[in-house]
Amino acid sequence: MKFSLIKKCLYLLAIMLFTATSYTSIGQEAEKRIPDFAEENGLCFKCHGHKTYNYYNEWTEQNVRERMNPYFIVDSIEFYESNHWNFQCTDCHSMDYENFPHDGELRMEEKPGCLDCHGGDDTYADYHFEEIEDEFQRSVHSDKHSVDFTCWMCHNPHSYKISARTSENIKEVIVYDNNICLSCHADINKYQLISDQENPNILEKHDWLPNQQLHFANVRCIECHAKTNDSIMVAHLIQPKELAVKMCVECHSQNSILEASLYKFQARENRNKLGFFNPSLLENSYIIGANRNYYLNIISIFVYGFTLLVILIHAFLRIIIKK
Amino acid sequence: MSEKLYLYPVWVRLWHWSNAILFIVLIITGLSMQYSGTEMKFIRFDIAVAMHNIAGVLVTFLYAIYILGNTITVNSKNYRIREKGLIGRMIKQFRYYSYGIFINEKPPFPPKKNRKFNPMQLVSYVIVMYLFFPFLIITGFGLLYPETIFPTVFGISGIQFTAIFHSLLGFFLSVFMLIHIYMCTLGEKPSTHFKSMINGYH
Repeated sequence: MKFSLIKKCLYLLAIMLFTATSYTSIGQEAEKRIPDFAEENGLCFKCHGHKTYNYYNEWTEQNVRERMNPYFIVDSIEFYESNHWNFQCTDCHSMDYENFPHDGELRMEEKPGCLDCHGGDDTYADYHFEEIEDEFQRSVHSDKHSVDFTCWMCHNPHSYKISARTSENIKEVIVYDNNICLSCHADINKYQLISDQENPNILEKHDWLPNQQLHFANVRCIECHAKTNDSIMVAHLIQPKELAVKMCVECHSQNSILEASLYKFQARENRNKLGFFNPSLLENSYIIGANRNYYLNIISIFVYGFTLLVILIHAFLRIIIKK
Repeated sequence: MSEKLYLYPVWVRLWHWSNAILFIVLIITGLSMQYSGTEMKFIRFDIAVAMHNIAGVLVTFLYAIYILGNTITVNSKNYRIREKGLIGRMIKQFRYYSYGIFINEKPPFPPKKNRKFNPMQLVSYVIVMYLFFPFLIITGFGLLYPETIFPTVFGISGIQFTAIFHSLLGFFLSVFMLIHIYMCTLGEKPSTHFKSMINGYH
């Protein structure tokens, strides 16, 4: 009889574990969108969406297959999943690109920046593009580098998609955002586009950080390297390394700065529940010092207090009665 | 009391006091981490983490010695619980602590060779050493090497589950320590039991 009870408990445990792990995958079906300019863009992707392209060489009168410059390849799937999915290529690039072979001078054209479209537009007021620009101008990325350092250094216009507001999985946000930093800081070729300095080795520079791997997987670079701003979802004011957060307790405390950075969106959406301080931090991790539970705090103080009281009364009675 | 009883062999005493010191370090650094903040700097967070980690590893090592000692020496006999009549014996001991002690009654279960603990002591020591301690070590190991923890347990973060479980166990053991220290003053004289744990004789 006892054995069957244990068996039942084990079955129940297995079912609970299964439901706990499986429900997360439900309801994540990708949103289906039909782009307005699929046909027009298709002409560009015919060459720029592949590693090779074909054309008829009128000089040699032959069909030729050439390799596409890897930096000019745009992944059409990524593009149609990005924020700019419903753009026509020629919204940003010259209409003259419709002719082949492209005119060599076209590559000199000035490319539009974020504010050229998003600036002063009430539709995007929530995103505070002007403030983002202002923060960027005050950041080391702007200070220490030439005008070549534009928004596009970090945000690829062909694949960029906002994640902090939309992603339900904070881990995805972390990987996505950290990959933006690593696209330069872990790639010497891109880094040298804007700097003659040696690219610092990130792992060595963060040697001092305990549980380095865990930190890298659970927080974004900007948590420590950017100054938070109340009105911008993702801080853009990257500070000099001397000003980076190095005090553990800035995150590992009840007033954890992570509530104002990584978990800002979740923190606004869901306020205190189950009595945990910084509950949004709890959904994805546990941060020593930041995740105290109000009720457990009260209960623990009560238990300690009660124990001490019993001890004191017992000791007092022993002394009194023995006298 | 005529003849002195040799109750605590050297290895038990050495284990006990080193375990006690490490446990105090663990409680202080554990509390310091749990209540860390920018305004209060009891022990700097990274130092508290390092001290807690080192003390935790050492306490685990000592626990292994304790288990080994209790396997190969006669000390293990002290930890055997006779189920028959246990509740009755515990009630008798509880009555002594809550009443008899005040009217100078003799303790119902004075220490003897191979039965150095009274029933309440025995049950609480077995629960602490053979139930709480292993879980504390396992969860502590998990927090030291977080990659070994399941990502989710019952739909919540595995690290969170482990951390809360670890803190709760640590909390209960700190309460145990408080009671344990007070109980040690209940000898013939308040210092009797402390001296026993130093010289080995009761």
